[in-house]
Amino acid sequence: MGLLEAIILAVLAASTPLLIAATGELITERAGVLNLGVEGMMIMGAACGFGGALWSGSIFVGALCGILAGVALSLVFAVMTLGLAVNQVATGLALTILGIGTSGLIGAGFVGERIKPAPRLYIPGLTDIPFIGRILFGEDGFVYLSLLLVIAVWLFLYRTRAGLILRAAGDNHASAHALGYPVLRIRLYAVMFGGACAGLAGAYLPLAYTPFFIPGMTAGRGWIALALVVFASWRPGRLVIGAYLFGAVTILQLHAQGWGVGVPSQLMSALPYLATVIVLVLISRARTGGSTAPAALGTVFVPDR
Amino acid sequence: MRKIVLAATAAVLTAAASLGGAQAADKLKVGFIYLGPIGDLGWTYQHDLARLAMLKEFGDKVETTYLENVSEGPDSERSIEQLARAGNKLIFTTSFGYMEPTLKVAKKYPNVHFEHATGYKRDKNVSTYSGRFYEGRYIQGIIAGKMSKSGVLGYIGSFPIPEVISGINATILGAQTINPNIKVKIIWANTWFDPGKEADAAKALLDQGADVIMQHTDSPAPMQIASERGKLAFGQDSEMIKFGPKTQLTSIMDNWAPYYIQRVKAELDGTWKSEDTWDGLKEKIVVMAPYTNMPDDVKKLAMDAEAAIIAGTLKPFKCPVIGQDGKEVECKGGDHLADGQVLGMNFYVKGIDDKIPGK
Amino acid sequence: MQLVLEKRAERSTTIALVSPLIAIGLTIVTMSILFLVLGKNPVTALGVYFITPLTDSYSLQEIAVKAAPLVMIAIGLSMCYLANVWNIGAEGQFLVGAVAGSWLAVKTQGTDAGVWVLPAMLLMGAIAGALYALIPAICKVRFGASEILVSLMLVYVAELFLDYLVRGPWRDPAGFNFPTTAEFDPVATVPLIIEGGRLHLGVLITLVVVAAAAILLGRTIKGFEIRVVGAAPRAARFGGFKSNRLILLTFAISGALAGLAGIIEVAGPIGHLQPGISPGYGFTAIIVAFLGRLNPVGILIAGLFLALTFIGGEQAQIAMKIPLDMTKVFQGILLFYVLACDSLILYRIKLIMPQRKAADGTA
Repeated sequence: MGLLEAIILAVLAASTPLLIAATGELITERAGVLNLGVEGMMIMGAACGFGGALWSGSIFVGALCGILAGVALSLVFAVMTLGLAVNQVATGLALTILGIGTSGLIGAGFVGERIKPAPRLYIPGLTDIPFIGRILFGEDGFVYLSLLLVIAVWLFLYRTRAGLILRAAGDNHASAHALGYPVLRIRLYAVMFGGACAGLAGAYLPLAYTPFFIPGMTAGRGWIALALVVFASWRPGRLVIGAYLFGAVTILQLHAQGWGVGVPSQLMSALPYLATVIVLVLISRARTGGSTAPAALGTVFVPDR
Repeated sequence: MRKIVLAATAAVLTAAASLGGAQAADKLKVGFIYLGPIGDLGWTYQHDLARLAMLKEFGDKVETTYLENVSEGPDSERSIEQLARAGNKLIFTTSFGYMEPTLKVAKKYPNVHFEHATGYKRDKNVSTYSGRFYEGRYIQGIIAGKMSKSGVLGYIGSFPIPEVISGINATILGAQTINPNIKVKIIWANTWFDPGKEADAAKALLDQGADVIMQHTDSPAPMQIASERGKLAFGQDSEMIKFGPKTQLTSIMDNWAPYYIQRVKAELDGTWKSEDTWDGLKEKIVVMAPYTNMPDDVKKLAMDAEAAIIAGTLKPFKCPVIGQDGKEVECKGGDHLADGQVLGMNFYVKGIDDKIPGK
Repeated sequence: MQLVLEKRAERSTTIALVSPLIAIGLTIVTMSILFLVLGKNPVTALGVYFITPLTDSYSLQEIAVKAAPLVMIAIGLSMCYLANVWNIGAEGQFLVGAVAGSWLAVKTQGTDAGVWVLPAMLLMGAIAGALYALIPAICKVRFGASEILVSLMLVYVAELFLDYLVRGPWRDPAGFNFPTTAEFDPVATVPLIIEGGRLHLGVLITLVVVAAAAILLGRTIKGFEIRVVGAAPRAARFGGFKSNRLILLTFAISGALAGLAGIIEVAGPIGHLQPGISPGYGFTAIIVAFLGRLNPVGILIAGLFLALTFIGGEQAQIAMKIPLDMTKVFQGILLFYVLACDSLILYRIKLIMPQRKAADGTA
């Protein structure tokens, strides 16, 4: 296996949880809700996903458990922010702390266990093609799912009526409400979708990436996913680029060390975050159509009666 | 009214009885401060195994308390002090970062004895202890030199501290006895424990041509990756063979039980003194996991080396030690580097191309 | 039939007074259930968490020591949040302040410097924190970039910068290459107030900050501006309050306080600079700010309460083997209940019965 092929494979794997989580948050934010609790939902997804797979012996069941955990937490968020009009920033942070703590309690019993990691696709003939064979046809289910998810989200947002309505709810909830659209219900579904994705992304880590559970194994990926959504200007296509870029920097930083490049490793580790800040500034300046945030993002909406 | 008096009397009697009972069997309370969770399968896990072995040895005479996940900042001082206040007379603080907090608490509680792992500052009531892990690394180097087909070893380092640097050097010196041109690629994970990052580092090393992985980080992730790729690896802290049944060559296992038993016995006997203990294979603080997945001749080489180190006839850092700059390192220990030189090691030996970060 | 939220005509003062109590009550009930699930006696557990730490001087001092940085940072954050801008990067500002102040300590190490060292360190910490916080503020004001994300990303950058410094240039030369600076000289250390405990001058400074904030927000024009800009931005514009200036000001104050807290923590309880100087103070302070309802006195109480749960949580680990994660769960749940109960101050919940439609389809 050539070095470039190996690096691409590693980047694909490292970027997948970021891509899945960010896609979910993208929908949530497009509907006008800012859910900062992604990290909490991800780590709960990891704990429950691992537990599910351990108990049932099936990766699929594990993934399902991870998704359900994410949805459950997101429902708590929805009740608070949509039902009780509570401040979204505070609720999201509380969700993160609750998620981290609860996953630690649940996962304490899992440390030391291991499961069989998710199987990789193998099509005789296709997977064996040099270079692109393994990249295109040799990945595990999560990687393919992540790409399908992004495509589905793009189609939904830009090619369906429901997607249009969702975007309207995010840009101007008052008008959407005046037009008769159930803004709160749309936001509820968006939040739940975000939770499902975060839970799935978290579950990916112990189910496919490293087949055991360690408390805190998400290591801040949820926050990176949040940054990715902004980095991508809330557009699915750019999200893919951003996710792989982040994954690439993480992996290449390690390779650079192996090659003896003398740059301090902390500087290389800091690059993704610095890059995000720069991009945030640049896209906010540009203000061309579609590059700005959903106008109603993070604001409270209580329908008048 | 009578009922109340009866109940009260019963309560007082029970309390008195339990007090009396407690005084009759005055157990020695021993406390432990752990950096991570006891199930981490690595550093903390081994300390806890030793604690359990010690408990088994002394049975009724000792009771233990442990605190896990104690971060090395200001909270650790409070945790250590709380153990002291709770009546623990011997407290083990199992990570370097607890050094200053341990010393501060020790000053306030002169009648409590402290054991600080991997530190270098002592006091009247503070001992330090660590293991000569580099002895095990030397043996691993020999094995790796034999087993590596590509002649490139992959090393996942945690932080460029002397313990890790001396481990890398010992590995290379051992490997050079087999293959003088052995090469090593080093990646610094900047963490003791982060399975995702360690897995990524292992992948990068393997992708760059290494075919034997060694680690100074604590999770089984590198072993897992090596196993997936059909390469070979060494475990760390504890047996990692279940993560790589066909992959693990051996593992350097921390075995603190003999030391803990010895120190608790001293405490029970009243003979505890502040000491600095740096033991290795001979005293069984460092134990090698069974040599697996290698041909018999390599196994014999390893076992012979182990025996020689135990007997004192083979010294991993025997002079002359040539530094990366080609110059011979001053030999302060007679025919081998002195302990102080190993404890403060901040240079690479010849044969390593990388530079130590931060120098 | 459905439950809907309806805005009240005016704030309900009864709920405002009663809601924290309801929230605490609900939290205690939830926690008791969790303790039972874990197999622990809820009454004993709650006692160890909340009562035991209050029973001796050592624990009380520890509560103050733990609460001080939380309160100081939270006061600063409350300024931002009142103005409706979200500084999430207090953790990074804390670290940057610690680094800046430590620079002076490391530079004057071993020399016979005078007592000016410590005040200078504190000043440098505050200034550095303020400058670091101005980065997201300027990005917001000039470029419209999300201050939440910029300040958050800068936290990681600050962490890595600190890591680089203590592993490289600032490493203690006599320290066997371990990543820590040498212990600070006595002139560079925050003095203790009472011998035997860890109660230090920083706690007093925090109390002064609380008082100053109360005066600023309650009695000055600036404080009024801050609150109006957050609550009614359009009214603020009509009133001529320059919201951009205020954003910069509140971020600067917030960063300064976080930076100050950072250097106090390093020069006080820790005594040297090392990678892990903050167990997430910058983020926990956000909880404290909300629990305290963005009010200085409220924040003081909330900070002490949260510190109590930290200390209690550690004692629960020793006495009852309850995992430390329980403390996080508790804090998350408490915040949820407080936020939920507080929403009832502004809104009421009504039950709407389905109305029978008339023959012509109207309700």
